[in-house]
Amino acid sequence: MSITQSLFTSTTEEKEGTFTTLWIKEALDDLPHSFTITDPFLSGHPIVFASPGFLQMTGYSLQEVIGRNGRAFQGPKTNRRSVMEIREAIREERPVQVSLLNYRKSGSPFWMLFHMIPVFGREDGRVIHFVAVQVPITGRKVSNGTGLREMVFGSCRREVCLGSYVHQERVVQVEMDEQDLENWEHCEASESEKLKSAEAVSNVLAVLTRYSEFAGRLVCGKRCCLRGADCLSSSLVISLGRIKQSFVLTNPCLPDMPIVYASDAFLTLTGYKRHEVLGQNCRFLSGVDTDSSVLYEMNECIVKGKSCTVQILNYSNRKDKSTFWNLLHISPVRNASGKTAYFVGVQVEASCRDTETKELRPETRQLSVVGAVRVAVRSSFMVTC
Amino acid sequence: MLKVKRISTIVSNYKKDDSADVSVGCGRNCLGACCLNGAKLPLYICKKLKNSNTGEKVVANNEAREPPVTFLESLVLGEWEDRFQRGLFRYDLTACETKVIPGKYGFVAQFNECRHLKRPTEFRVDKVLQSFDDNKFNFTKVGQEELLFQFEAGEDDEEAKFFPCMPLDPENSPNVVAINVSPIEYGHVLLLPRVLDCLPQRIDHKSMLLAFHMASEAANPNFRVGYNSLGAFATINHLHFQAYYFAMPFPLEKASSKKMITTDKKVEISEVLNYPMRGLLFEGGNSMQDLSDTVSDICVCLQNNNIPFNILISDCGRKIFLMLQCFAERQALGEVSTEVLDTQVNPAVWEVSGHMVLKRREDYEGATEEKIWRLLAEASVSEERFKEVKDLIFDAISCSNQEEELERTKIHQQNISGSVNQKSNRSNGGPVT
Repeated sequence: MSITQSLFTSTTEEKEGTFTTLWIKEALDDLPHSFTITDPFLSGHPIVFASPGFLQMTGYSLQEVIGRNGRAFQGPKTNRRSVMEIREAIREERPVQVSLLNYRKSGSPFWMLFHMIPVFGREDGRVIHFVAVQVPITGRKVSNGTGLREMVFGSCRREVCLGSYVHQERVVQVEMDEQDLENWEHCEASESEKLKSAEAVSNVLAVLTRYSEFAGRLVCGKRCCLRGADCLSSSLVISLGRIKQSFVLTNPCLPDMPIVYASDAFLTLTGYKRHEVLGQNCRFLSGVDTDSSVLYEMNECIVKGKSCTVQILNYSNRKDKSTFWNLLHISPVRNASGKTAYFVGVQVEASCRDTETKELRPETRQLSVVGAVRVAVRSSFMVTC
Repeated sequence: MLKVKRISTIVSNYKKDDSADVSVGCGRNCLGACCLNGAKLPLYICKKLKNSNTGEKVVANNEAREPPVTFLESLVLGEWEDRFQRGLFRYDLTACETKVIPGKYGFVAQFNECRHLKRPTEFRVDKVLQSFDDNKFNFTKVGQEELLFQFEAGEDDEEAKFFPCMPLDPENSPNVVAINVSPIEYGHVLLLPRVLDCLPQRIDHKSMLLAFHMASEAANPNFRVGYNSLGAFATINHLHFQAYYFAMPFPLEKASSKKMITTDKKVEISEVLNYPMRGLLFEGGNSMQDLSDTVSDICVCLQNNNIPFNILISDCGRKIFLMLQCFAERQALGEVSTEVLDTQVNPAVWEVSGHMVLKRREDYEGATEEKIWRLLAEASVSEERFKEVKDLIFDAISCSNQEEELERTKIHQQNISGSVNQKSNRSNGGPVT
C-alpha cells in the first residue's frame, strides 16, 4: 500500500496521475472562492494551487504565487500572534480560523478571515495538504483597544461553529479607511463572513475528495478517526486491507459505537463512500422494515460482549437504493492488552450464498474474516511503524 | 514414481449421513477405532511445492502491500474461530496481555496464567527416541470436534483442491490438522501426519515434507511451523508439528548468520550468530524437497545420537532454523539457576524463537531483554558440544550424498536390466516412471 501522495504532483510512471491533477485543477478553478492549497511535505511548505479568486484579491499572477509560502502575503503590521496561531495549527495538524492583515501586490493592506484546514490521506491518516480560504472582512473594528482578543481557536472544526464566538465588547461599524487598517490590532469577521469561509472550505474539500478518489489517492477532511487515541495505526490498516470480504470495525468505547474501519467490500456492498460511514453508527443501514427485535438482540449481545449472527434487512445506498438481506455476524475483538478494543461486523449478502461445493462453507468464510481481524488487531501493536 | 492413492468416493449430498455426528463407540467421539466409523472432515490437497528459486517471494514488512488472505489461511482461521466461539479452548488467549520487550532483539512476552494447565509431560526427558505408548495420551484420544481438516500434499502440477466433506479413512493414512487447546497465539494448530498410524515423535522425510507443504501453502510468512523433539519439550510422544500466526519476525529470524557449507543439492547451511542459543540455518536447495530432505537427514542423525533439537520452519518454508538445546538435561543435573527455574518456562520452539509465555505476573512485568537472554542461554548447548554436533552433521551430509549416488546408480542399473524398482515408498502399485 503506497502512502497517499500530493494531489498536485504525479510521478512519471503515473500518466493517470497527471490527468487527475489537471482535472482537479480545472474543478478547483471553477470555484468562485479565494483559496490556496499548500504542500507541507515540500521544503518551505509552499503553495501548490491558488484559485482565480485569490489571484484577483491579491493582484498577483499564478506564477508569482505558486511555490511561495503564505507569509509572502504578510507585512509589517500583520499581527504576530495571529501568525503564531496559524503556525501552531499547522504543526498540530488542526483547523484554524483567524482574522489576518494581508498585503496585496500593490502594497495595500486588507483584512481577511483566514480559515485553514488540514486534508488527510485516507489510507494512512497523514496530512497531505492544507487548504486555506480567505474571506475579505468588510470593516468591523473592535471598539476599545483592550489589546489582542482571545480567539476561540479550540472550537475550530471544519464545520465552523457559528454563534459560538461571543464577544462582550461592543462592536462598532467603521468606515473602511485604508490608512487606518494597518493600525487595527484586530478586525472581527461577521457571522455571514464566517459562514462564507465555512462554505468555501466545504466546497474545496468536496472537490478534493471527489477527484482524489479517481486518482486512488483518497483524501478526507477528517483524519480517519474521531480522536487521536482512536486512530487505527497504519500497520493495522494495512493488515486489515488483506481481507477482501465485507466487514467493519466499530469502537464500543466511543459514544454511539461508531465505525472506525470499513473494508472496500463493505462500501461496494452498501453503496456508501468511506467518509460517509466512518464515525457513524451502523444503524444507517437499517430502515423502515428492519426487524427491531433483531436489532434488540444484537444490542444485547454487544452489551454482554458476546458474538452473534443475525439475518437483518439492510438498506443500501446503491444506485437502485435496493434493500438486501444481510447475514451479519458480530463479535468482540481484543487487542494486545487483552481488553476488548473493537467489535467486528462481517456482512454476507444472503442472496449471494455460495452453492459451490468446492468452496468454503459461507459460515467458515465469514468466521475466517473474524479470525483474520483478531490476528490483525492483536498484533498491530507489535509491528513498529 | 507415480503414487496412486485410494480416495474414497465423495459422499453425495443425497446420501450425506448426518448421524455420523452422534457419538458412538466409547462415547467421546474420538479418533480411536471405536468412534472412527463415519467420521468426516474437510480435505485440503495443496499444490506441489514449487522450486524454491522461482517461487514468489512474499515481502512481510509493512512497507509493501501484503498479499490477500489465501484459501488455506481462510480455512485455518475460519475453522479455528468456529472452535473458539464454541468454547473448545481451555482459555481465551486473546485476553492474555502481550508486549514487545524493549531492546535490540524484540523478544515478545505474553502473560498467560492458564497455559501451565496444559497436559504435563508423561515420559522421560533424556531420550529423544521413545516408542509409542498407547496407554499414554495421544492424538487418537482427542475429540473429533478438535479436528479442523485433513491435509495432503499434492501431486505434480495440479492445482490445490478442496473437498468440504471427506470421510476419514484409516487406509489412506490421513494427515490431520487439529486445534491446540492450550494455544499460544491465535490460530495455534497441530499438524498430525498420518495420525491414525500412531507414529512416535520423530522426524521422517515424508512428515517433514508435509510440514513444508503447509508452511508454503499458507503463503503467509507470519504463519510459522515448529517442531520439538522429545527432550526439547515435546509433551506428547505422538508425531506432531505446531503452527500459529505471529505478525512480526521472531527474534531468531532476525539473528545474523555465517555461511558454513553448501551441499551438492545447493542447500546452504549457516551458523546462527548473536543469539543466546546455538543452531543452524538452512536455506536454498535445488527444490524445496531437497531443502526438506536435507533437514530431515540431519534430524534423523541427531535423533539417532540422542541429541534434542527444535525446528522452526520460517518464511513459508524457505528458511529453517535447527536449534540445539540441553535444558532438560541441565535441569535434571541441577545446573539451571533457580531464578530461571522459578519462571517455570520450558524452552520449546516458540520460546527458543523468542516468544516467551510467562506464567507469573512478576516475570511478565519485570521482563527485560537481559533476563530473557539469560534464560535462553541456560538452554543452549556449549561451544564444545556444538562443535561436536556440527562435525556429526557434516559427516551425515557427506554420507547421505554418497548414499544417494549409490542409489541412483543402482536404480539406473536396475532399469537397464528391466527389473522392478525396490525403492521403498508407500505405493499401492501403478506405473513406474
